[in-house]
Amino acid sequence: MSEQAVPHRPVHEFLAVTGRWVIDARRALASVSTWRPQLVVQMRKLGVDSLGVALFLAVFTGMVLALLSSYMFTRAIPLYFVGTLVTKAVMLELGPVLTGMALAGRVGANIAAELGTMVVTEQVDALETLAVSPHAYLVTPRVLAATLMFPVITALSIGVGVVSGWFTAINLLDITSADFLRGAQQFYKFKDIWFGLIKSASFGTAIATMGCFHGLRARGGAQGVGNSTRRAVVRGCQAILVLDAFWALVLL
Amino acid sequence: MIEFQRLSKRFGERPVLQDFTLTIPEGQTTVLMGFSGTGKSVALKHIVGLLEPDAGRVLVDGLVVNELSYDDLMRLRTSIGFVFQFSALFDSLSVAENVGLGLCRRGLDAEAIRQRVEECLALVDLHGTGERYPPELSGGMRKRVGIARAIALRPRYILYDEPTTGLDPVTAGAVDELMIRARHELGATSVVVTHDVQSAFRIADRIAFLYEGKVRATGTTREIRASEDAMVREFLAGADHGRGGGHE
Repeated sequence: MSEQAVPHRPVHEFLAVTGRWVIDARRALASVSTWRPQLVVQMRKLGVDSLGVALFLAVFTGMVLALLSSYMFTRAIPLYFVGTLVTKAVMLELGPVLTGMALAGRVGANIAAELGTMVVTEQVDALETLAVSPHAYLVTPRVLAATLMFPVITALSIGVGVVSGWFTAINLLDITSADFLRGAQQFYKFKDIWFGLIKSASFGTAIATMGCFHGLRARGGAQGVGNSTRRAVVRGCQAILVLDAFWALVLL
Repeated sequence: MIEFQRLSKRFGERPVLQDFTLTIPEGQTTVLMGFSGTGKSVALKHIVGLLEPDAGRVLVDGLVVNELSYDDLMRLRTSIGFVFQFSALFDSLSVAENVGLGLCRRGLDAEAIRQRVEECLALVDLHGTGERYPPELSGGMRKRVGIARAIALRPRYILYDEPTTGLDPVTAGAVDELMIRARHELGATSVVVTHDVQSAFRIADRIAFLYEGKVRATGTTREIRASEDAMVREFLAGADHGRGGGHE
């Protein structure tokens, strides 16, 4: 390769890898009989099994948000706005983003470590020799499961976060239940709900894709799997932040 | 028939195969033998398209593997069984599911798959182990499950990558017997990569001795034993000191 071409090498490599990934993904999606039996298994594993972490996070997010808003609003703003801030912040931003971040660690790392181990122990090669596409058997069900389940987990997290903030407000702050609900309803828009859920679906796609992508590129042994897992989590978190900004620009 | 035609492959700066040329005759067992790191397993992986050559080509039944479309490559793979060095069993699947995975993709009904899985497990003397999981199996049993999985699709070719590595001599002998039995039952062409000389001479019709990414000597077991080539003699002499021919 000539010296002038060297700076373009990462770009070419990125385009080649992305292009191949897209072709493989399209082909895998068509192979329904391969990924369909795995889909429910992955929905349980990536979704249902992640509920505990997400809801734990939601309880404390709602609680802290209520306490912080009360602290900020002292004297200047009526306290019923605590209800507004808690519901708006949890539905629009904190619910989807914090849940996404937590699941980037749990789900992204899980996928990358599992697939990475399969690569270094030649299980992925074994799939190929059996004429089973690794994309159809491993990648597609995980990405679809995460895309479908993340909004469900996020919806539950939002509910738990708001309820947690509500309980905190009426028990620890000088605010009644009616005041909190008045604040929550005052600026509510239906968009607040679907905006958060659309974001979370895109986070699920991104996290599972990063996990699969880096897992399948693992090389070497335990160290290689560790590196690919780390990359999957970091890239997953980065993708969440970029997508968060993207949806805010596009939909708000 | 499998043909390697001037196959070259390098990993980074290190050439592994250089103008590697060899023909694997139909219906026989050909052993690729040689010191560690001479490209035996790399050559094997080119047959099923797991690796792409830098130069040259591999032909299976006249089809150029590295020029096949995705669908044609998948079709070709259904006629080739591959036994991996460390078995490469799917940890999350039971033994029966491991053996039947390739069959599920062929559109067979559940009863036909169950019958074929039982046949294959019986052939490798693992009848009744279908419900167990790979982590519960010994190394020898894992190898046998790997062989059962490879023959489940009744392939025309069976490729073995270091099938006896890491096994005690008795278990290694049992795996040799299985390879011979699988070949007779299926009439398949077998290619075995090994540096286990005892195993090679027990199962081979022909042996190709690889050295520095090329075929250094090839012939029947008798011809290889009588070879005057210095490297072949050194390898066989080294193997006389124990099972295998380590030259790390």
